[in-house]
Amino acid sequence: MKRTEITRVQELIYELKIGEVMTKRVITVTPDTSMAEFREVLRINRISGTPVVENGRMVGIISLEDLIKALSEGDIESPVSDRMTRDVCTVSTHESAIEVVKILSQRGVGRLPVVNEHDNLVGIITQGDITHGLLKAIEVDYHAEEISRYRASHIFEDIVSDRTSLLLRYEVCPGDFNRGGEASSKIKRALTRLGADPQITRRVAIATYEAEMNIIIHTDSGGEIVAEIQPDQVSVRAVDHGPGIADVEQAMQPGFSLAPEWIREMGFGAGVGLNNVQKCADEMNLESTLGAGTRLQFTIYLQPGGEGRKGGQNETS
Amino acid sequence: MKLNEIISIVEGTLITANADLDMDVSSAFGADLMSDVLTHARSGALLLTGLTNPQVVRTAEMAEIAAIVFVRGKHPPPETVALAEEKGIPLISARYTMFEMCGRLFAAGMESCDVSP
Repeated sequence: MKRTEITRVQELIYELKIGEVMTKRVITVTPDTSMAEFREVLRINRISGTPVVENGRMVGIISLEDLIKALSEGDIESPVSDRMTRDVCTVSTHESAIEVVKILSQRGVGRLPVVNEHDNLVGIITQGDITHGLLKAIEVDYHAEEISRYRASHIFEDIVSDRTSLLLRYEVCPGDFNRGGEASSKIKRALTRLGADPQITRRVAIATYEAEMNIIIHTDSGGEIVAEIQPDQVSVRAVDHGPGIADVEQAMQPGFSLAPEWIREMGFGAGVGLNNVQKCADEMNLESTLGAGTRLQFTIYLQPGGEGRKGGQNETS
Repeated sequence: MKLNEIISIVEGTLITANADLDMDVSSAFGADLMSDVLTHARSGALLLTGLTNPQVVRTAEMAEIAAIVFVRGKHPPPETVALAEEKGIPLISARYTMFEMCGRLFAAGMESCDVSP
């Protein structure tokens, strides 16, 4: 556990881009700002240095150290331009955290101005920003992924019964094209959290999505999608209450479709959805009564090869 | 091929925020029929399409499409952009036609998703 966390931090310092962790609200002074005014800027903003900007261009950088020198020399009324460092090292927003940590320590400076590809000042970076960014990234990673996945994937071991299953139910509204896919998306996420094989999860998601879109496109009163997750398989039922399919065999013909034109314009309704479900599923059953409703049920085994825990690599459609 | 290389080959603009420009995309698939994408596109593929409705992003989510390029300079509606940002799928818009876009990427060495029956 400890070892993997260290690896993640190591990855992050290479992955984390300065643009993501820098302070974007940059406080600046102009060359003619006096050192006395500069002292006030530092005090009010609780910072230890600022870039010096003239007509939108950065011309130098001035720090607390420069201020202390000015104070000791009794030269507090001189302009910032007399005391600033003119040769300023900048970093780009695409630079990785590790590079910037190196530059900071090599140059012995506390902050570096960050510029974009047009050389405009877009932020400022300090060691503190990087530490803060790393901690936040680790926290997000850790909370979002590790904890939820760890807890979820143990559910079938923690809760014991002769046959444990997790039942997820989703209402699907007719004609709600824009929200279509929400049920499938949630089922997909649940399986990912439960630690299912990614390629098998993808098959479940695709088949469920086709079933969900069918309810949205073809029914007048909507329906329900129920996914029953067991340790070894997922069974999905997509049930609606009409209008039903007149000829199930015909509906299974590739290219047969009753979808309206507007649905076709959206990239759906080409008459291959049910075939696609069949391709993704290990078992599929479609029952329909005209005027009563349709019930599509399919099962996908979670362990490649079916019942057993061991099995060969699963092939995707 | 890295996502930022793809963007420069198609002379596109990135629409979504926080995209990983170093992301590696192995293959591409061009279609306006989402069921074809669901059936034939590979995991991790780039999708080129002329459709901009939110279901394009949903389809990409289910089929594990890495990123989407909209052809002929089409710009997706806000709900499509919002869903793509939520799902972490980068959206790119570029002015070329589907034909030219595919040609540019293919010529640059982008692999096709093989379509077996």
